[in-house]
Amino acid sequence: MADIRNYTINFGPQHPAAHGVLRLVLELDGEVIERADPHIGLLHRGTEKLAETKTFLQAVPYMDRLDYMSMMMNEHAYVMAIERLLGLQVPERAQYIRVMFDEITRILNHLLWLGTHALDVGAMTVFLYAFREREDLIDVYEAVTGARMHAAYYRPGGVYRDLPDRMPQYLVTRGKNEADLRRMNENRQGSVLDFIEDFTRRFPGCVDDYETLLTDNRIWKQRTVGIGVLTPERAKALGMTGPMLRGSGIVWDMRKQQPYEVYDRMDFEIPVGRTGDSYDRYLVRIEEMRESNKIIRQCVDWLKQNPGPVIVDNHKVAPPSRESMKSNMEELIHHFKLFTEGMHVPEGEAYAAVEHAKGEFGVYLVSDGANKPYRLKLRAPGFSHLAALDEMSRGHMIADVVAIIGTLDIVFGDIDR
Amino acid sequence: MPLTPEALLARVEDVLGDKLIASRIAVGELTIEVKPEDWVEVAFALRDEPGLAFDLMMDLCGVDYSAYKDGAWQGARFAVVLHLLSVVKNQRLRVRTFCADDELPMLASLIDVWPAVNWFEREAFDLFGIVFEGHPDLRRILTDYGFIGHPFRKDFPISGHVEMRYDPELKRVVYQPVSIDPREVTPRIVREDNYGGDV
Repeated sequence: MADIRNYTINFGPQHPAAHGVLRLVLELDGEVIERADPHIGLLHRGTEKLAETKTFLQAVPYMDRLDYMSMMMNEHAYVMAIERLLGLQVPERAQYIRVMFDEITRILNHLLWLGTHALDVGAMTVFLYAFREREDLIDVYEAVTGARMHAAYYRPGGVYRDLPDRMPQYLVTRGKNEADLRRMNENRQGSVLDFIEDFTRRFPGCVDDYETLLTDNRIWKQRTVGIGVLTPERAKALGMTGPMLRGSGIVWDMRKQQPYEVYDRMDFEIPVGRTGDSYDRYLVRIEEMRESNKIIRQCVDWLKQNPGPVIVDNHKVAPPSRESMKSNMEELIHHFKLFTEGMHVPEGEAYAAVEHAKGEFGVYLVSDGANKPYRLKLRAPGFSHLAALDEMSRGHMIADVVAIIGTLDIVFGDIDR
Repeated sequence: MPLTPEALLARVEDVLGDKLIASRIAVGELTIEVKPEDWVEVAFALRDEPGLAFDLMMDLCGVDYSAYKDGAWQGARFAVVLHLLSVVKNQRLRVRTFCADDELPMLASLIDVWPAVNWFEREAFDLFGIVFEGHPDLRRILTDYGFIGHPFRKDFPISGHVEMRYDPELKRVVYQPVSIDPREVTPRIVREDNYGGDV
């Protein structure tokens, strides 16, 4: 009998199921994976090195472009590291705004994950539903920051500006008549907070819709149950965090265990899985969306009742108002120095981490007292998760690799940095 | 409740004894420094000691201290910094060691302690040229195939050394020396203490 040889195939870098630019070298025995070797770095832009040449403030927009599916959470970890070194106390309202936007971002991320994961596995419809809700949340991003994705909204010491009083409305175009517009603008009559509140009322029903499409779907279960199983011990050894760790049954969530901002005042639950397979991680993320929705609702209620400043009043780190800048010499100097030279962060090092939608996103910042970071290390959750792909896919069929990539929830912006 | 950094330091001191050469508590975070030759032994102790139980390796990265405070740095050039998390005990720790040789920085690999360090060590090798002895597969990870140099070292220019373009005559992509000069828009300034009043 002739020898049966293993053969190697190249998956990506341009493959719709590779979620970006992943080149995967697969060694196969028939249709069974013997070894998976991810080649990453095709999107490496050297963010950490670039940040060393920029002032602290100029590096904030780079953070959006890391994990470009959960933009504000990346910024959050970065500004928290700076605040820790500076010893800044962020105003309460800014903390609530940050928590609210972190959770909005988590829903944005999970919706994208859900849509693309289902699409990879063969369910087209979920994608369309998920993107319908994403559109509303991206509109919130746009109303508050002016940008639909790369927000650059968080600042050391708070957030860039307060939430606007008016939600932008659709305008008459050739394609939309008056009756359509009235329907589309129905929930956009009030402020941004009203719009978000309306969203939180609708959203649990939307999650139910996704669940009717997938949770008991026979094909979905065949493709995900028992696929990519991680035992709790291996999940820890491989450095898993976030839903990947919780899917294996380990109760670990930074928002509960090491609360930052105002998470300790929020009422929410941490869903955990049992078997550590792709299906459990799916359930965990679905539940997380519901919990995020609860947190957003609590933040909206608080924010509606408690006006206040959204950024610190320390003009060494936050600019003075335009009015006082133009009427006051000292404020003018502060403004000028802040935007030419930038702020100086005291010598030292800090590691600030947030419970990112994908896991633990950490920023290790070393400062030597200059106006630029000395070293910035970004700890991306996807980096550890993708490293585990080899172990998770071994012994599975080639079609399962796609399901495993889907369940890892990877985005190359933060893996390659 | 997690331990205070001081209580954690006392526990670490108990376990490591004279292997601990320096420690520092700042902004609520504990940093310890160990000798490079004790690196693996310390890692095993930190993971296996029940009172410490650092079961998750969060981050491992290289740091090049050669330009620290505009060259005022004395001592070894390359450090490896490890961030650990204990899910069981809910505590964090930062461990640092300096590689003995500045020309060929080498350190033992922690692959047997936490398998998660695999890619992190490859990254530190790729970007800083720190060689991890005992790593099973120490290839470059983030830079291009056939890349020369270690881009995150402080003496590596931000613009790099080569650029890439499509050559219509050769009908393929070619590499050539960079045609741009790095431009510093905002100079890097280290101010004396209390410059312009307290923050």
